[in-house]
Amino acid sequence: MNFNLKIWRQKSNKVPGSFQSLFVKDISEDMSFLEMLDKINEDLILKKEEPIAFDHDCREGICGTCSLMINGSAHGPQKAITSCQLYMREFQNGSEIYVEPFRAKAFPIIRDLIIDRSAFDRIQQAGGFISVNTGSAPPANTIPVPKEKANQAFSSALCIGCGACVASCKNSSASLFTAARIFHFSKLPQGQAEKTNRVLNMVKQMEKEGFGACSHTGACSVSCPKEISLETISEMHREWRKAFLNKTT
Amino acid sequence: MSLSFFNSSHIPSGPLEEKWDKAKFSYKLVNPSNRKKFDILIVGAGLAGASAAASLGEMNYNIKVFVIHDSPRRAHSIAAQGGINSTKNYKNDGDSVKRLFYDTIKGGDFRAREANVYRLAQVSGLIIDHCVAQGIPFARDYGGLLDNRSFGGAQLSRTFYARGQTGQQLLLGAYGALMRQVKRGTVQLFTQHEMLNLIIEKQKAHGAVFRDLITGKLKSFKASAILLATGGYGNAFYLSTNAMNSNVTASWRCHKKGAFFANPSFVQIHPTCIPKSIEGQSKLTLMSESLRNDGRVWTSKIKGDSRPSHQIPESERDYYLERIYPSFGNLVPRDVASRQAKFQVDKGYGVQNKEAVYLDFSDAIKKNGLKNIAEKYGNLFNMYQRITGDDPYKTPMQIYPAVHYTMGGLWVDYNLQSSIQGLFVLGEANFSDHGANRLGASALMQGLADGYFIIPYSLGNFLAQNPDSDFKESLFKQAEEESKENLQNLLSLKGSQTVDQIHKKLGKILWEHVGMIRDKEGLMKAEKKIKTLREEFWKEAFVPGEAFIKNQELEKAGRVADFLELGELMVQDALTREESCGCHFRTEYQTPEKEALRNDKDFSHVSAWEKKSSKENWILHKETLKFENVKLTERNYK
Repeated sequence: MNFNLKIWRQKSNKVPGSFQSLFVKDISEDMSFLEMLDKINEDLILKKEEPIAFDHDCREGICGTCSLMINGSAHGPQKAITSCQLYMREFQNGSEIYVEPFRAKAFPIIRDLIIDRSAFDRIQQAGGFISVNTGSAPPANTIPVPKEKANQAFSSALCIGCGACVASCKNSSASLFTAARIFHFSKLPQGQAEKTNRVLNMVKQMEKEGFGACSHTGACSVSCPKEISLETISEMHREWRKAFLNKTT
Repeated sequence: MSLSFFNSSHIPSGPLEEKWDKAKFSYKLVNPSNRKKFDILIVGAGLAGASAAASLGEMNYNIKVFVIHDSPRRAHSIAAQGGINSTKNYKNDGDSVKRLFYDTIKGGDFRAREANVYRLAQVSGLIIDHCVAQGIPFARDYGGLLDNRSFGGAQLSRTFYARGQTGQQLLLGAYGALMRQVKRGTVQLFTQHEMLNLIIEKQKAHGAVFRDLITGKLKSFKASAILLATGGYGNAFYLSTNAMNSNVTASWRCHKKGAFFANPSFVQIHPTCIPKSIEGQSKLTLMSESLRNDGRVWTSKIKGDSRPSHQIPESERDYYLERIYPSFGNLVPRDVASRQAKFQVDKGYGVQNKEAVYLDFSDAIKKNGLKNIAEKYGNLFNMYQRITGDDPYKTPMQIYPAVHYTMGGLWVDYNLQSSIQGLFVLGEANFSDHGANRLGASALMQGLADGYFIIPYSLGNFLAQNPDSDFKESLFKQAEEESKENLQNLLSLKGSQTVDQIHKKLGKILWEHVGMIRDKEGLMKAEKKIKTLREEFWKEAFVPGEAFIKNQELEKAGRVADFLELGELMVQDALTREESCGCHFRTEYQTPEKEALRNDKDFSHVSAWEKKSSKENWILHKETLKFENVKLTERNYK
C-alpha cells in the first residue's frame, strides 16, 4: 500500500512546527501504524535525515504512551483502540493521512509528536489513591465487595492515562481522566473514607493545570481507547457537589 | 571457581520456616527521626520500584525515583495480564505456603534458593491484603469475595486476577501509593531520566549518573543506597513481548562496575504468543497463560496438513499436551509447553506449515457458554482479533512461543543486595526466585514482595550499619566524563546501518542459538557471530542527531550496545552449563522422553559472572544451591 503522509515536525516547544509531506510506498496491510512510522524512520535515517520523534512503548494498547492524532481523531479512525493497535488495513490505499500530537495547553510539545503529560501525574498526586501504608491492611476477605460494584469500579480503573480524552475535547478538559479514578474509588468501600477530599483536590488540581471545563459533548468517551463511560463524569460532578456542600456547611 | 564470597549470601541458618523471622529480628533498625538523612535512589518504577518507593517513602526516607518514561505508570509491569499467585487457599483446595514454595522450586527445575522462594510464598498473602486495601478491583464472585483461577505448573487455583489486566491494576495501585508519597514530599520524581553509570569506590555504591532524556543533560546524584528495579532484558532478542523501551542498560552499567550477573541465559520463552507475521514487525504480543485454563492446544496429526482448522475432524487432531502430560494437560509450565510447540512445528505439524499451533476454545464455549468465556477473556480475544483479523470465538487462535521474561539478572544475596555494597536489585532485574523457569502469575508476586515486604526491612539493616559516608566530588566528575565519552562515541557513528538493523541481527542470532533449544556447536557459532556483530555496530551503525535534545536513536544506540555485550555473556553462560534445566535445554542432555536432563552433581549452582574490566574475560563464580527441604527429582508433569 502507498500513503501520502503529512506529519507534524517541531524540534522543541521553543520553535514553531509545521507539517512535513512524506510519500511512503510498499507498506504491508498487516503493519501497525507505528510500524509504518518505524519504517519511515529507518528510511529517513539511512538518508541521513532526522527521524520522527514519537512516543510508544508496549505496543499492545495498555501502557498509554502512544498518542497520535490521526486525521483529526485521537488514536485514529477506529473505536476503542490506541494508536499502536491501529493497522494499515484500516486505511484506503493511496490516501492522505495527517499525523499530529495530542494538542492541549496542559500538554506542551517536547519534540515532533511527543508531548509532556506530567500534568496527569500531578492530578493523581492530588488524590488518586487510597491512603493505606504498607503493612496496615486488614485480611483481604474482610472487605466484601458486591460483584457488580467491583465490575463497575473495574470499568473505569481501566483508564490508561493516554490523554485522548483531552485531545478530543474542544475545551481540552481532563474531566474523563480525572473522573475515571474518582469513579473507581467511589464504587468501593475502601474509597469512602477519603472521598470528600479526593474529589475536591483532584478537580482543583485539574483546573490548576490549565485543562478546560466539561461541556458534556461526550467526545472524550467516544475517543477513549478503553471506552470509559461519560457516566463517570456525572458521578464526579455529583460527588463534587456533595463534597463542596459538606465542606462549606 | 568457587569463592568464599558466596559463603555469605546471608541466608539465615535454622529451619526454613523460621529463616525470614530470624532475619527480620537480626536486622538493625533506623530510628524514624533519622530516616530523613538517608538519600535513596530508586531506578525504575514498575511494580518492584514503585512499591519500594511508596513503602520507603511511608517510612520517611528521602527518596528520588527515576524512570525513563514520561510517567511511572508506563512501566512494563502494566502489560502483565493473567494474575498474581498467593497462598490464601480461598478455594479450599489444599494450598499452603509450603505448597507454593514447592511448586515454585520444582517449576524452576531446582535452580533457585530454597530460602528465597519460601520467603516469597510466606509474604504472598500480605500482598493480596495490601492490594485489596488499595482498592484494586480484583475479580470477585457473587458473594463479594475474591475469586481465583489456575495457572501453569499448579494443580490448584491460587491466582488472583483483574480480568486480563492484573498487572495494570496492581501497577496503578503501587503508582497511586507512589504519587501519594510525592505529594507528601518524601519522594522526588524524575521522569524521562535514564541511568547511565554507577558511581562506586571500593565496591560500594555512592551515587549514579543519569541523562535527562528531554534536555540531554547529564546529572549525578549521591546516594546512601541505590535500588535498581529496571526489569528484564528480553529485548536483547529484538522480538519479544517486552515493551519497546525495556532495556538492560542500568543493570549492565552496574555489571561493568563489578556487580555480578547471574544465570544470564535463563530466559523464559512464553508458549502462547501471537506468531510473527511480517518482516517489519516490531514486537510480539502475549496471549495470557490464563487462556490455557479453558483453551486446548492442538495440531493436526498429519504432517504438512494445509487444511484450515474447521476441515480437520476431531479424530485427526492431536491434543499433544493432554496426550504427553495427562495429569497437568494444557497447564504444564511454560518451558515445557514452549518446547513441545517447537517440537511439533519442527516435526512438520505446524498450522498450515507455519510456526504456529492452535489454542482452541470451542469446547469451553460449548460447555460454559460464550458469555462466560467473553467475561473471562474478552479483552484478550479482542486484542487477538485486532492484530490478526481472525475471530477466536469462531476459529481457534494460532499461537507460538516468544521471549517473555528473564529469570537471570543481577546477583543478589538474601537481603536483595548485589555484590556491590549499597546497590540493591529488585523484581525482574535480579536473578532471585524463579530458578530456570518462572511459573505464571509469579512475576507480579515477586515484584511486589521485593518492594512492599522485603526491601523495607533489609535496606534499613544496611543503612543502620552504613551511616552516610563521605563522598568525593572527583568520583562524580569521573563517572560523568565516562558517560559523556560513551555518548560522544555513539554520536560519532556515521556508518550505513540503522541501530535497529543491527539489533535485529543480534535478535536472530540469540533466537537461533540461545532460544528454546541450545547445543554446543550452535553456541560456539553464536559467540563468534556476536563478536563480529559488535565490531560491525561500532563501525557501521549510524546514530543521527545531537546530544542535548530529545534523541530517541541515541537512547536506542546505547541500549543496543549493551545488549551486544550481554548477548555474548548469555552465550557463555549457556555454554558452560552442561546440563538441561527448565528453559535451558541443551540437546546433548535430554532424557529418552526428550525432557530436560539435569546434572545435579555438577550444576546445582547459580552461575554468577564478574567482569573486572572491559579488556578481561568474565570470571565465573558458583554459588552452590543447597536443598535441605525438597528432594531433587526429575521434574515430572505426567
